[in-house]
Amino acid sequence: MAETKSIIGTQNKKGQTYTDAWKLLNEAPRTPSFFTGSEVIKEAIRRASCDVMIAYPITPQSEAAALIGELFAEGYVGDYFRGESEFAVMSQCAGAAFGGARVFTTTAGPGTMRAMENFPMWAGSRLPIQMIVTCRGINSPLSIQPDTLEIAYLLNTGMLVWHAETAQDFFDWILKGYMVSEEPDVHLPLALCCDGFFVTHTKDVVNLTPADMCLPPYDPYRSPVPCMDMECPPVRMMRDPFVMKSNYISYATHASWQQEIWAAVERSRKHSIHWLNGLIDAENTDTDIMIVASGTAVSQGREAIRMLEDEGVRCGLVKVKTLRPWPEEEIREATKNAKHIFVPEFNVTGWLAKEIKATIPNHHRVHAGPHVCGGMTMPPEIIVNEIKTALGMKKSFVMAGRGS
Amino acid sequence: MSKERIQISEDLYDIMPSDYQDLVKSSTYGKEDRGWKDIGTSKELIEQHSLCAGCPESMAFRYILASLPNPEDTVMVGSTGCTSLVFPMVAVHNIHSLFGNQNAVASGLKRALSVRFPDRVKDVVVLAGDGATVDIGLDMTLQAWFRQEKFTTICFDNELYANTGGQESGLMQKGFVAKMAPVGKLFDKVRLPEIARESGCHYVVNCTVSKPSLVEKVIRNAVHIAREIGPTYLQLYTPCILEIGKNSMEGLQEMRDSEKPAERFAYKEYVSEPAKQLLAELAAKDKERKAAAKQLAGQASA
Repeated sequence: MAETKSIIGTQNKKGQTYTDAWKLLNEAPRTPSFFTGSEVIKEAIRRASCDVMIAYPITPQSEAAALIGELFAEGYVGDYFRGESEFAVMSQCAGAAFGGARVFTTTAGPGTMRAMENFPMWAGSRLPIQMIVTCRGINSPLSIQPDTLEIAYLLNTGMLVWHAETAQDFFDWILKGYMVSEEPDVHLPLALCCDGFFVTHTKDVVNLTPADMCLPPYDPYRSPVPCMDMECPPVRMMRDPFVMKSNYISYATHASWQQEIWAAVERSRKHSIHWLNGLIDAENTDTDIMIVASGTAVSQGREAIRMLEDEGVRCGLVKVKTLRPWPEEEIREATKNAKHIFVPEFNVTGWLAKEIKATIPNHHRVHAGPHVCGGMTMPPEIIVNEIKTALGMKKSFVMAGRGS
Repeated sequence: MSKERIQISEDLYDIMPSDYQDLVKSSTYGKEDRGWKDIGTSKELIEQHSLCAGCPESMAFRYILASLPNPEDTVMVGSTGCTSLVFPMVAVHNIHSLFGNQNAVASGLKRALSVRFPDRVKDVVVLAGDGATVDIGLDMTLQAWFRQEKFTTICFDNELYANTGGQESGLMQKGFVAKMAPVGKLFDKVRLPEIARESGCHYVVNCTVSKPSLVEKVIRNAVHIAREIGPTYLQLYTPCILEIGKNSMEGLQEMRDSEKPAERFAYKEYVSEPAKQLLAELAAKDKERKAAAKQLAGQASA
């Protein structure tokens, strides 16, 4: 059963000191390191006190998944194996989390889609699994290139969904993610998304916490639902299976269970604000023109803003960090002065623009674009052009091969 | 878990459900030689269920739960189907997540329990229908065996999809006319016991649940071998009397008819060499324990 004395300050078998998570992430010294995003995932998991990691190869997350295998071989992860498909892997993750383990996995694109049936089950079973999603194309014809369309499918699963911009976000958010999703009043899985290749395969300077400090272990007895380990009384754990009865009480029970999942997503808001220093970052919100974006589209937006400033056009920026919980109030407030809101996205449907349109008053202010997809890059010039076209200004750039 | 864990605070005793009070008073958690003969004299680890009257699956459930060698530290994994009507009424922790993923869930569960309790026995037992085991979940059934995951897989073979209303399944007999097999099933009953052996299972049994003593024996063997050596597989005929046109009282006879020597549920068993050795060791220990008990009884009466 639950430990009664604090584990903080004691050491694990690798000699790492269990450290208060807030101190680890906010006060411990940081060392600048030059790493790929995949290597950063490994470094975060080295410090995450993970019990079980289950892997499956799919580009562009294969490298990260294999690197965590090395961590297992070194003794930093309790158990690790390659599953047979993403559907199976996500079920194996569920089993491990039901058994009280802190669980980590990674997937991408078609793998996310194959595993999809598991995600509402994870949320419904209140399993605080963390899944890295290194987004890539999902539709035919086959593409392994970066594309964020799969995030749209995750938004209604009941999982927390965060969208990292940089490798630094990744490092911090993997560790912070466990702290939010394991809170007893949340206790939900987290899909921590990034744009594949752009983040996973490029090198960046990332400030790492000391390798000899790690997160406190997961305590499954803080879960709002019982851990399936026969360490507490096993009587009628689930009551009647709701779906199997056709009567009002079964419908009402199922309905209230679902409402509770989404209430838990809402309750994650305060914890996410605490750990991420807000659900959004906003700059220059007094301007007429705003760019609202998530993932690497934020970086491209920032560059476009710099280029526009050179031409005397001021433009503000909102970086959306969490998609679930959705920062409705924050986005309303940050865009209240804007006459034009641009939403650059790495996907064909523009799901982020739709979310924003459903959130703010006078949604005709939203210009859904520019969009790139199928692995196309998003040079800041096309954002600049999109903005200038909408404002009736002369375009600054001729973009070869982009029909302009 | 020990029986102490389920004790009720005295102040709350009278408001606890009577089935829980009974569980504390007379269940068989921790009883070393528990078995089917405890049925009727102790609290079973299954409460009221909503299976059809006379369903052989309900008999199978009772025998299995009475025979688990270590229920106080056993976690069961189920799947969608008639079995999922019963699991909420079972006094061991159990997981239902999706349809067909039971062996994947059990793989993750067993590994988590091994990481968390390295010095303790925690048994994992999968119990699912033939649709879940052989059709939609076959990939995960086999892959868990390939990986030598240390848990028992029990398939309740009723030779069709019962819970959805009697559709064709892979374990259905060839020629049987059913929903989705309108001109009769066109291919043979899948030979999963043989596939299980070839896939690395160390103990495979194909039988009916007509004899409780036999169910007790194969369950104990399967759980012990899975705990110490590797995957085990039991395929138990639990006919769906409703869908094969039988009456409530005819389930037992249906099983007896199907286990005759030439029939498809004639007792078949495969035991790997390491498993044979383990069973021999367990039998020797059991003999020793019984002899010691006898001696003790002799001394007491002398």
